[in-house]
Amino acid sequence: MSPQRHRLAAGGRIDRSRPLNFTFNGRRFEGYAGDTLASALIANGVTPVARSFKYHRPRGIVGAGAEEPNAIVQLETGARTQPNQRATRVELYDGLTAASVNCWPSVNFDLGAVNNLLKRLLPAGFYYKTFMWPPGFWMRYEYFIRRAAGLGKAPAAPDPDRYDKMHCHADVLVVGGGPSGLAAALAAGRTGARVILADGQNEFGGALLDGGAEIDGGPALDWVAAAVAELEAMAEVRLLPRATVAGYYDHNYLTIVERVTDHLGAAAPANLPRQRLWKVRAGQVVLATGSVERPLVFADNDRPGIMLASAAATYVNRYAAKPGSRAVVFTNNDSAYRVALDLAEAGIEVAAVVDPRPEPEGPLPARTRARGIEVLGGQAVVAAHGGGRVAAVEVMGLDQAGGGVIGESRRVRCDLVCVSGGWNPTVHLFSQSGGRLRYDDALAGFVPDRSAQAERSVGAAAGTFALADCLARGFEAGLEAAAEAGFRRKGRSRRAPKAPAQEEAPLRPFWVVPSTVARGRGTKHFIDLQNDVTVADVALAVREGYRSAEHLKRYTTMGMGTDQGKIGNVTGLAVLSELVDADIPSVGTTTFRPPYTPVGFGLLAGREVGALADPVRKTAIHRWHEDRGAAFEDVGQWKRPWYFPRAGESMHDAVNRECLAVRNSVGVMDASTLGKIDIQGPDALRLLNWVYTNAWDNLKIGRCRYGLMLGEDGMVMDDGVTTRLAEHHYLMTTTTGGAAGVLAWLEMWLQTEWLDLKVHLTSVTEHWATVAVAGPRARELLSALTSDIDLSAKAFPFMSMRAGTVAGVPARVFRISFTGELSFEINVPASYGMAVWNAVMMAGEKYGVTPFGTEAMHILRAEKGYIIVGDETDGTTTPGDVGMDWIVSKKKPDFIGKRSLSRPDTAREGRKQLVGLLTQDPKEVLPEGGQIVAEPEKKPPMKMIGHVTSSYWSASLGRSIALALVYGGHKRHGETVHVPLIGKTVSAVVSEPRFYDPEGVRLRG
Amino acid sequence: MKKYSIFSLVRNAVSYHERWSEAWRSPEPKGAYEVVIVGGGGHGLATAYYLAKEHGITNVAVVEKGWLGLGNTGRNTTIIRSNYLWDESAHLYEKSLQLYEGLSQELNFNIMLSQRGCLNLAHNQHDLRQLSRRVNAIRLNGIDSEILTAGQIKALVPILNCSPTARYPVLGGSLQRRGGTARHDAVAWAFARAADARGVDIIQNCEVTGIRRDGGRVTGVETTKGLIKAGKVGVVVAGHASVLAEMVGLRLPIESHPLQALVSEPIKPVLDTVVMSAAVHVYLSQSDKGELVLGAGIDSYNSYAQRGSLPIIEHMLAACVDLFPIVSRLRMLRQWAGIVDVCPDASPIVGKTPVEGFYVNFGWGTGGFKATPGSGWVFAYTIAQDRPHPLNEPFSLERFHTGYLVDEHGAAGVAH
Amino acid sequence: MLLIPCPWCGPRDETEFSCGGEGHIPRPADPAALTDPEWADYLFMRKNPKGVHTERWVHSQGCRRWFNVARHTVSHEILAVYKMGEPPPETGADSKQNRT
Repeated sequence: MSPQRHRLAAGGRIDRSRPLNFTFNGRRFEGYAGDTLASALIANGVTPVARSFKYHRPRGIVGAGAEEPNAIVQLETGARTQPNQRATRVELYDGLTAASVNCWPSVNFDLGAVNNLLKRLLPAGFYYKTFMWPPGFWMRYEYFIRRAAGLGKAPAAPDPDRYDKMHCHADVLVVGGGPSGLAAALAAGRTGARVILADGQNEFGGALLDGGAEIDGGPALDWVAAAVAELEAMAEVRLLPRATVAGYYDHNYLTIVERVTDHLGAAAPANLPRQRLWKVRAGQVVLATGSVERPLVFADNDRPGIMLASAAATYVNRYAAKPGSRAVVFTNNDSAYRVALDLAEAGIEVAAVVDPRPEPEGPLPARTRARGIEVLGGQAVVAAHGGGRVAAVEVMGLDQAGGGVIGESRRVRCDLVCVSGGWNPTVHLFSQSGGRLRYDDALAGFVPDRSAQAERSVGAAAGTFALADCLARGFEAGLEAAAEAGFRRKGRSRRAPKAPAQEEAPLRPFWVVPSTVARGRGTKHFIDLQNDVTVADVALAVREGYRSAEHLKRYTTMGMGTDQGKIGNVTGLAVLSELVDADIPSVGTTTFRPPYTPVGFGLLAGREVGALADPVRKTAIHRWHEDRGAAFEDVGQWKRPWYFPRAGESMHDAVNRECLAVRNSVGVMDASTLGKIDIQGPDALRLLNWVYTNAWDNLKIGRCRYGLMLGEDGMVMDDGVTTRLAEHHYLMTTTTGGAAGVLAWLEMWLQTEWLDLKVHLTSVTEHWATVAVAGPRARELLSALTSDIDLSAKAFPFMSMRAGTVAGVPARVFRISFTGELSFEINVPASYGMAVWNAVMMAGEKYGVTPFGTEAMHILRAEKGYIIVGDETDGTTTPGDVGMDWIVSKKKPDFIGKRSLSRPDTAREGRKQLVGLLTQDPKEVLPEGGQIVAEPEKKPPMKMIGHVTSSYWSASLGRSIALALVYGGHKRHGETVHVPLIGKTVSAVVSEPRFYDPEGVRLRG
Repeated sequence: MKKYSIFSLVRNAVSYHERWSEAWRSPEPKGAYEVVIVGGGGHGLATAYYLAKEHGITNVAVVEKGWLGLGNTGRNTTIIRSNYLWDESAHLYEKSLQLYEGLSQELNFNIMLSQRGCLNLAHNQHDLRQLSRRVNAIRLNGIDSEILTAGQIKALVPILNCSPTARYPVLGGSLQRRGGTARHDAVAWAFARAADARGVDIIQNCEVTGIRRDGGRVTGVETTKGLIKAGKVGVVVAGHASVLAEMVGLRLPIESHPLQALVSEPIKPVLDTVVMSAAVHVYLSQSDKGELVLGAGIDSYNSYAQRGSLPIIEHMLAACVDLFPIVSRLRMLRQWAGIVDVCPDASPIVGKTPVEGFYVNFGWGTGGFKATPGSGWVFAYTIAQDRPHPLNEPFSLERFHTGYLVDEHGAAGVAH
Repeated sequence: MLLIPCPWCGPRDETEFSCGGEGHIPRPADPAALTDPEWADYLFMRKNPKGVHTERWVHSQGCRRWFNVARHTVSHEILAVYKMGEPPPETGADSKQNRT
């Protein structure tokens, strides 16, 4: 392991007593607790750390936060590997392993760098202009392009980690824990309001963590510590460090990504989730999100060693890591002079401060000169030199307008260039909230203008940079926000924290340094470092007509990288505005979309994965089915027994056995999943008359009736049997999948249209377990279980209901049938379901009672020609289409869907109508979904006249049967039709859709 | 139009790419045109191109409220397919797919049509029956489609969780091999460049504020750049159909909803095929840049806000992590919404209106991108001939009176 | 995530509700008397304004009650919530007047 040769001897907020080992690109290094991966790499002098996306140029660390475009690494290996991490945001832990992405074989020798040699052929959007020959070859080119693109690698195994979601309310949510945010949180917290303060870093303080500043007459960090301590002591305040506010949605709803154990590595306790997603509904929001420095653009400004001035200061002050040994500071504003002084203080030689402003004056330039640092006013860095790392810069004078260079060029040797082109307020969340931005000329950047939600921006995020102003404004905003949330200042008023005033000269808006060579010839001026977008690319886009900010972004990919252009976008707009000769505000800004920084899919999914992805519904008898090895099918959220295979049986065998048992003896089915709606009230009858197609007036108490429900468009929506339990009391059953929808449908009509109807609806689907006993011996079986219900055909006719006791349990028994056999559906309170089921099985033993599943049920009902809504209907099917005109009342003046049935298309002859199909070869079972043609000899596109809706082997009939919807089918009985399949065509004769006991003798028996 | 090719790229490299000409002009509007197309998205630009190419009508203006191609053309998940259930839809989308297959060459602009296959998953028995019905219909319509078993699907998409105990088990699927993706922006730019080369004026930043009529006949459009007279006006807008139709007093069976979408950070290739699961509203592909592109469902309420919202994508990602366990540690880079105009039958309205010379083409719902060239082709025909082409005849506004709907809801759900 | 003030339960997250589309479309008293286009107008035609939309919501995961909402379709601001059967309040709901 090499020593940390670029670590300063003293200072920084690192813990030198806790050295940590880590591995980068296979080499082992040492850092300290408190380091980020980036600061540890700098302390070890590692460069380059990455290769760029397109040209594979070597790159170093540019920033110190979320804005980092270059230092993108693959963190860890195996199932916990994490692609595309910014080294600047990865806290160092012991044993950390990381590697550069998108380079092969290594970051130092990357074969992809051949692209850099071809760069003249690869301008912005080159791929739109080529790869078109020969026709159809694009996908072969694309194969290589896809493999060259992408950054990191996805894990190969499922995620071993866990993610939680937290829902909470806040009176005031403060985003950002720098001086403005801390002041706002203090002010709001002291009123007693519920305050959340979230900050993306591991500790609060923001830019103050770089040290040096003074608040209330002492070191700023003392004030930070006191403020955090005070906030921690407040009962209603929640502090969230390592928590990035990622999304700002409608109605003041924000998401916060809290990284709970990411910084602990293998030491992460197993009881904690890896991350938490906080979903906060905030009364008021204070955005104290700070600002991001932006670079100045000059020739080959992507060399490793060229970084944001503020980042250099952070590495030196906060991490005691030396990003270089001889620096040039290049700035158009005063802030970087402070950096020059900090570097000098840390023992880094500062060769010069290069400033495009003609005569940099004021306290900071003066202090810099006094320190013996040369200040080159009216000059600019025009180019960087050096192979792997910057070795020198070229400095020239600027003409008055800043549009050209003058004088002799001077070469300044350096291995670090600290650039500052001014500051962009971090307005992402403000923009996401719907707020409108304004371009501020003095700042040369966008600042919040008009709010769309209950929110205010403070501090650098609002374009306020002086510490004294940030504290004052933050404090005030905290009080305002709390007041608007209903909390007034309590007790004696406490004053806002104070800081000494600082005098700074205005910046000179400056974006791209002119040079003696035309841009785009030979050297490259990078705007977007991650996606390798240069000034020449922007010029090309504009030349070709891609002149709006959005077109430019899409054509050049500027700002589309994982950093979403946090440092480059405004520069890009400035270049665009210069080229189209319009001011920056008129070329616009691109939209800031959530999230601010990327959010894990697993985190957004939370716990709702695996078995919890969707609730699974099971009947009261489910365990029995499971124990008997039933195969299940999913019907909506329900698990329904599909069939009950015995040892060695195929599905076909089992289903045939189950069907024959019902036809010949007795079968039993768990029908609990059918939807059940309890309808009560004096107007219950009127409701039924509205929503069903048939008339309900003469239904007697204790009798059942089948009903068909239509949508207002006249199409079949649901069906089921409804029973009159008492004068004003009905029980409606629905299809299993349609239960929730039907209840919602009825409620909608009752509450929005027929407000005068006195009816109450209750879903009782899960109150009752339903055991359907079907078959010629059903009565015999049931008679052993009940003594208080007369089961005789006369006393208990088909389509009626009797209440009584079954197996000692109070029950409602319905004599209805979906199988065509004599059938009783026993309804008992769900908690008795299993007991009654077991009693039925025991009582049925002597008849060979056979449990049957949904597949047998489907076959049995198809033999009878009963439809299943969703199989024989598809939302385009009328009652007439399925041969059920008989159930559509001609007398009722109106019901839902009635008017639609007389529209030209719904009333026309020859619609798709339900028929039976009998294949010519009785052993041939048609596939469900097979399409029917009349002229099988034609080639596609063929005219299709219908499709098979249900198709089975009927064990009872010893042949195949099918139901189908066929154009004009009711008049086609006897015709031969054809179903073309892959490799063969099956012919069948159209028949009545009833194959078994058409007169219904058996079910009435 | 200067031809794009590897040779022009090399030639221009010598002159440092300083001699490329603009892809389209930015003219001021003339006082009058034979045809004005309202809406400079993919569909509008394609209409103008085919008016010029197929019908020789070049005195055409496309007026666009903002910048071309930045509505739904630039906000979709770029999926292309023609595997529709109903004959009417299948024929229209297949026409579109066939036009797509020759588009890069025809327009001399690489739209990156990548026919990597489009896979629809079935998670239960009902899905399987529907899938079979669809595949059979599609095949007999002469369009490629096949059914895959769970095993074949696993081989095609190794990252898919095909465990039978998964919450959404993969029981089978249908594959249209000719389906895939194309670069959405490039489609708009390619049509704009080719239409412009044939004399069409593309007028950006020009919002239509009114439709001029003389009796029952349209005479022009009022815009923020003044009155533009026209014998015929074709409205091809997404997300604003109702607003435009209201200008001529037309009521539409359309509601506008935000359709949510997102992309991940770019990663090395893990997914070749487009995978769609209508049952759980997951639509997933991987772009050439390496981003996973995910389409979700629509927000249930009417909206014209193109903002991303949270509930829909949370739900979709939960299903997605279940289906593709390895994506759990990938991260959402960007989310957004496109405003989709949805008809009750999830099919578009393309045809004439009661106002003479006023034609409409909208209501493509969630499926507009794949229809771009086909939509332009039939709409150009409709405008030029003053009657619908047989391919778009079923998609008239009158179908809502007669009940002759082309109901793709049951079959397609949300379809991208 | 909208925050919808249920008239019975108070403000709740959007995910507890279902949207029932445009409100104030009474079912025709005598559908049989309508022409096909008139019936189609009731069935399918919608205002779909870019501006204030009066619509119906139901608190489906809460009290299951339906109510009316006046909501702006661009800003999503909820301007009014009122019970079924009540007339829409003055929010300038005519889309002609508040197109943005």
